[in-house]
Amino acid sequence: MHHLTPLSGIVGGALIGLAASMLMLLTGRIAGISGIFGGLLQPGAGDLGWRIAFVVGLLAAPLLASLSGTPLPAPAMPASLIVIVIAGLLVGFGSRMGGGCTSGHGVCGIARLSARSIVATAIFMAAAIATVAVVRHGMGG
Amino acid sequence: MPFVIASFASGLVFGIGLLISGMTDTGKVLGFLDIFGAWDATLAFVMAGAVAVTGLGFALARRRGAPVLAAKSLWPTRRDVDTPLVIGATLFGIGWGLVGLCPGPALVNLAGLALPVIVFVVAMAVGMLGHDAWSTRTLMRQIEKA
Repeated sequence: MHHLTPLSGIVGGALIGLAASMLMLLTGRIAGISGIFGGLLQPGAGDLGWRIAFVVGLLAAPLLASLSGTPLPAPAMPASLIVIVIAGLLVGFGSRMGGGCTSGHGVCGIARLSARSIVATAIFMAAAIATVAVVRHGMGG
Repeated sequence: MPFVIASFASGLVFGIGLLISGMTDTGKVLGFLDIFGAWDATLAFVMAGAVAVTGLGFALARRRGAPVLAAKSLWPTRRDVDTPLVIGATLFGIGWGLVGLCPGPALVNLAGLALPVIVFVVAMAVGMLGHDAWSTRTLMRQIEKA
């Protein structure tokens, strides 16, 4: 069962905002994870160092937490590997095509009041809500 | 080197934020997206906290001008809402709704080395590579035609 956890939500969200602020204030880069990770996959891309460092930082977070006794994350995943592959392909392709994901558009873009990001966030939220409605409640099927 | 360390530190804080907020928990994310079920509004609090602090940080960065460790800030410059943005965001949203993972939480979860998460991240990377190869080819064709 999942229930509302507003305090950890706000604290965690504030840390995400702190991280995005740090990256911009120190390096001048936008903390958009599909952009940072996608740029890593580009053949012959020049600025790999900071991208690798950011991704290593993301991976280090749960490892650090595990030192203080928090178990490593093991999220619930669909039983079907085909569904997982399709979802991964859509998330990867869509985030590159749309120029950002939940972090780049949803956090950084909305914080800049970018119309592009506000529209993108509204669309991917709506598409995700519709997908969950179809999968869980069989709506529109 | 300080540039790379700053980037690592930002990634680390970002990852801790994702863990504390519950965004790495696919059940909680899907619970937020399930507005017709037992709705869990937590993600709205995560977004509010993240956007508020980022807004303050970015205002500070704009006032300061150049970043501490680089010659200039790379602010996004595009303002147009075009077809790729709409289609891309739609495809991304469908994928996000199917599993409850977006790129940041997917990478943080990778540390648990669970096979389904590894499969998701590999598929995500293939999707990104596929898009970039496809868009480069389309661009080359347009250049050839012109």
